[in-house]
Formats: sequence, structure tokens, C-alpha cells
Amino acid sequence: MYKIVKAKELADNIYLMDVEAKRVAKTCEPGQFVIVRTDDEGERIPLTICDYDREKGTVTIVFQVVGASTLLMSGLKEGDYFRDFVGPLGQASEFVHEDKEELKKKKILFVAGGVGTAPVYPQVKWLDQQGISADVIVGSKTKDLLILEQEMKEVAGSLYVTTDDGSYGRSGMVTQVIKDLVAEGKEYDVCVAIGPMIMMKFVCLLTKELNIPTVVSMNPIMVDGTGMCGACRLTVDGKVKFACVDGPEFDGHAVNFDESMRRQLMYKTQEGRAMLKLQEGATHHGGCGNCK
Amino acid sequence: MDVLKKVPVREQEAEVRAANFEEVCLGYDVEEAKCEAERCINCQNARCIMGCPVAINIPGFIQKVKEGDIEGAYQVISEASALPAVCGRVCPQETQCEGKCIRGIKGEPVSIGKLERFVADWAGENNIKPDGAREKKGTKVAVIGSGPAGLTCAGDLAKMGYAVTIFEALHEPGGVLVYGIPEFRLPKEAVVAKEIENVRSLGVKIETNVVIGKSVTIDQLIEEEGFSAVFIGSGAGLPKFMGIQGENANGVFSANEYLTRSNLMKAFNRESATPIMVGRKVAVVGGGNVAMDAARTALRLGAEVHIVYRRSEEELPARAEEVHHAREEGVIFDILTNPTEILADESGWVSGMKCIKMELGEPDASGRRRPVEIPDSEFIMELDTVIMSLGTSPNPLISSTAKGLEVNKWQCIVADEANGKTTKEGVYAGGDAVTGAATVILAMGAGKAAARGIDDYLSNE
Repeated sequence: MYKIVKAKELADNIYLMDVEAKRVAKTCEPGQFVIVRTDDEGERIPLTICDYDREKGTVTIVFQVVGASTLLMSGLKEGDYFRDFVGPLGQASEFVHEDKEELKKKKILFVAGGVGTAPVYPQVKWLDQQGISADVIVGSKTKDLLILEQEMKEVAGSLYVTTDDGSYGRSGMVTQVIKDLVAEGKEYDVCVAIGPMIMMKFVCLLTKELNIPTVVSMNPIMVDGTGMCGACRLTVDGKVKFACVDGPEFDGHAVNFDESMRRQLMYKTQEGRAMLKLQEGATHHGGCGNCK
Repeated sequence: MDVLKKVPVREQEAEVRAANFEEVCLGYDVEEAKCEAERCINCQNARCIMGCPVAINIPGFIQKVKEGDIEGAYQVISEASALPAVCGRVCPQETQCEGKCIRGIKGEPVSIGKLERFVADWAGENNIKPDGAREKKGTKVAVIGSGPAGLTCAGDLAKMGYAVTIFEALHEPGGVLVYGIPEFRLPKEAVVAKEIENVRSLGVKIETNVVIGKSVTIDQLIEEEGFSAVFIGSGAGLPKFMGIQGENANGVFSANEYLTRSNLMKAFNRESATPIMVGRKVAVVGGGNVAMDAARTALRLGAEVHIVYRRSEEELPARAEEVHHAREEGVIFDILTNPTEILADESGWVSGMKCIKMELGEPDASGRRRPVEIPDSEFIMELDTVIMSLGTSPNPLISSTAKGLEVNKWQCIVADEANGKTTKEGVYAGGDAVTGAATVILAMGAGKAAARGIDDYLSNE
């Protein structure tokens, strides 16, 4: 049982939790993820690590309520427990193992979309701890969905916030900000983009044109997270890779995003039903039975 | 009673069981067991014992059953086996103990498997536990993996007095016993959980949610956590795909994924939080036990199911009883057939599979006749789900994070068959992690051998 030592709502339907998980906190690195389960009947849910405290033995996760399981999770409070919390899974971000001197010479741009800001944060923080300043673009749909702005400001070189509806910061999508920065004369050696798949796809299309090598963090459906089932498989450069063992980070210009976005929809019907069941409670009747 | 025939065992009727996940085989009751036990001749040089990978004293336990001393029979079995309720259900007895039984020369062999199951179930119902260790040694041994190899090794070491901790990557111990073999062959609550509890009752600690190679490494276990020896029983969990066109379409699964959703995550139960694809027409590619398990699971979820296997009926590697049950339940066998491409509709969902007919040519390295394509025999099977059940290989996670641990070209850990010794000091291995995907009982045999190996190593340190 893994104790929740802090739980707070960061933004509309987006939650942050600090969980006691000594083994994970001891060895995890930016880029890696954990799999959590709330109780005996729960699904295994993968979440990229947002932060960690090796002394306290805690790991921070951030999640958005997207269905029945995350809705239940959002109800957990400080003092409650996760039944299961396993990690660190996946490969660490490449620069964790890169030569520090080489790394210091690179100009890095992070592009964070929505909840993707959570896994971008530990990477920027880690670089900051090595004395490396990165530029960070954070995009969200609207002001109420913006998260971790203050925390990011403390570790980023320059922070550019943009909202789709212009309710805060710049107005427009993250791709616009990339174009603006490049037009201003900014040069980058590498870009790291994390967010919904469609955002990563479009960022990559742009950075390919601009000739900026880009790393993305894929978030496919997973079951075990250790390489056992292949549910998370995606195509990178024509080859099949497992996001849980080969990734979750990959060369964004080589990923087949269309295939991955299609695969993410596989359980939409079941997920929709589960959510309806939770919302309708005693009045739930199981549907018309037309779709299987 | 006809002494040449086995006392028949009661089973759920095919039509009934094809729609539920309850256990297919209902087992013997005490009268039937005693009757079947009478058929055992109690041979002097029992050949059945030689056929058993853990060398259970088979005539010994059967004599106890004849006498009506079922508890005694259980203790005889427990001396050699940690998981009798499991083995009685899943061992391929036809190629092991029963395959060597003298009775089997003229008629049917003694139904050793069903007798073992009866004894184990009786002990479970009557809360009989295996005998524990005499004196505790205090030396710590780490076991990686809580599948049959790990559970057996841990149990034997605990009986010798060692302080054992099993590290399990998943959230539930049992390995293939929980994620691989379905509920209707091996009930999880009634059977597997009880067997694991028995191992715990010997003093073994089980720590779940620990991925060796990620959460902690073998070197750290030895250098920082005080373990004097390690047994690796991490299995062969890496699924194999064909590499054909269309394999990433929505509706194509590895058998591992399909079975993990159904068995471990209980997705067969609509109340479960984990979803599973319930197709209308399913093809399971492969012919082993896992293919049968996947096929019979899909059948119970309401689909029309085809086993697509490239060789002939005789070459099917699955356990005879499973093929027989699958047929009875209505699984359709498309043998001498191989997929060449998976077809998908505009939204990326499986719509069918292109297949080609095969014929058998010369034997290959494994001794089985090589399947060869028959030219111009392609056809299209209309389907909405494809389950690839082609075999699994060991996950390289552990070997890639343990300095000095040698593996072969298939990622199998190199280990001595007699005692599980690997190329790394103090580290032993056995089961699927060493042999590649095999059976529960072979993994148990390897777990036993390694326990002896570790005891030798630690006694001489």
C-alpha cells in the first residue's frame, strides 16, 4: 500500500499527488513512468513521473480525469492509499546519460501541451540542476487548465505561456510560438515535445521543416508496462517498438502518429460505458445493445 | 470397474461451459479417487516417478489414497511438490508420469494427474498445510519472480530454513498461474491463491510491484540489501509477433495481452475496470497451450473462434486435454493454414486476414516437419480480432542490468541444468527464463534443483 502524502487539484479536473514509494523514488529519472492502481478491482494506469524526492521517498504524479478510473482516483485524499505503485518503468530521458559538457553546449526547447507540462517539468528541473537553462513553451486550452506555471518559471530559462483561446499569456497554439521564436532568431539544437498525440504530431511536422531534431514522449494504452503484452506497440522508423521498454521517448520525426492515435481509440466504447455507468449509478441500464 | 480404463472424471458439459468461466473439470470425489487408486500396481521400480520432473513419490501417495489417508497422501506429494493443486490441473501428464505408467501399455494409464488434484484439493478444503522448516538459518535469499519456478525455489529454501523474499513485478503473485492460465482451467481464488498462501505459510515474504532491473538491480540486492544468493525465475514474458503487414491494426493482440486482461485483470467479468475486446469472429494464430487458452477465452466471451495453425493436427504442441476440450466447446481448427497479411478497414480496425494453405515438407531442426506454402492457395478470412499466440521469449530486462550474467542468442539465461548455477557468482536461474517458454512443472523442477544448488553454495561459503 502506497500512502498519498499530498493531494491537490491543480486546475479544472487536473490533480497532483505525492505518493510514498521508496523504491521508485530512489532510482527514478526524468522521462520514466509508473503504473498505479487504486484498489483490488482497478485498472493499471501508466503516468509519467512529474517529480521525486529521494530523501522523503516520494514520487509526484499528475493526472487528468478522462474516464471512470481517473474520476475515482481524483477522489483520493491525503492519507489514502494506492493499492499498487510500480516503477520506475521505461527509459530515462536521453540527456540524463549524456556527457554533461556536451549537453551544456546544446540549446534546448521544451514544448509542453496540457497535462504534458507535468512530465516536462522534471526534465527542465534536472537540466537546471546541472546548470543548463532551457526554453519552455507551455500551451493549454484555456487559463483554467494551465498547470505548474510557477514551478516551471523557477527552473526554465525563458518561459512562454500560450492559451488556445488567448485567456492568458500569448494567444494561439504552441506551434505558433515555435514559429514566432524561430522568426525572432532563436536557434535550437533539440526540441522535446510532450502532450496529447495530436499536438506532438503537429509540433513534429513543424520542427521537421525547421530542421530541429525532436524527442516526444508517447502515451499509448498499456497493461503491464514491463514489455509483456505489446499493447503499447507503435511504429518508429518502420519498426515496431514497445513504448514501455524502448520508450516512452522516441524520435518524433520517425513516429507513426496516425497509427498511434488510432490505437489509442481502441477501448473508447468500453471506456464510455464505464463512465456512463459511474455517472448514471442506479439508473444505468446498459445501453441498447447495438454496439458490441 | 474395468481395470484397463480410467475411472471417468466429471466435467461441465461442453455447451454449458462454453459460456462460463468456471472450472471445466470437476475432479474426483473420495470414492472415485479410491477406486482409481486401486488400479495402481505399486511397481517396484516405478517408471512414473522417472517421468515426473520433480520426482514425486507417485506410488507412495497413491497407496495412501487407497488406504483412505488423504492427509498422508498430501504430505508425500508435498515433500517433492510445492504446487500439487496446480500441477494436477496443468501438467501434460500424457508425456510425463502417465506416459510411463505400466497400466498404459495394455489399457489406459492410472489417472495420476486427477488423483494428485484430488489430494491437493482435499488438503485445501481441510486446511492442511505443508510441513515447515525445522530450524531457521537466517541467511537471506532473494527470488525474482513469483511464478512456478520462483514459488517452488522459495518454498524449498524456506523448508531448509533460509529467509526468503520473492520479488514480483506485477501487483499479484503467481506469474503465468495468474496471468497466463485462464480461470476455467486454474481457478485463481480457490486454487492458486491457496497454493501461494501455503508458500507464505512456510515463512516466505512476497514483495509485489518490484521490477528487478528497474526498481532495484541484482547487484544492489546483494551489495545493499543483504541477500547472499539470488534465484532468477523471471519467466519468458516477451511476446512474439509475425512482422506481417497490418499487425498494428486495432483488434490485433498478443495472446499475452489478451490473457493478461482476462486472467490477471479479470476483464472476462464485465464488472472489471479493465476492458477487453469482445470480437464477433476471432482468429488465434498458433497451436500451443497459450493458443488454446486464448481461443477458449474468446469463445466464452461470445465469439466464433478459429485456431489458425500452420502444421497439421498431430503436430499441435498443446496439451491433449486442452485441444480435446477446445474442440468440444466449438473452437474451429483451421490447420495447415498460415496468415500472410492482416487487413484493416478505413478506421484502422481489423476486417480480415489473408491466409495461405500449407503442406508438410522435410523435418526442420526441432524434428517437426517443415510447413511449406502451397502456391496460389491464398484466401481471405473475414474477422474482427486476431490474437497472435506464437510463443514468448525471456524479457532482457534482468540480463541487461546484471553484470556478468551470460545469456544465449535467444536472451535465455545460461544456467547449469543440474543446479541452476549461472555465470554470475551467487546467482542461480531456472524455468522459462533459462529454457524459453515451457511448462509449469519443468519450471518447478528447475526451482527445486536451484534450491539445492543455492543450499550447497551457501553451506560451503
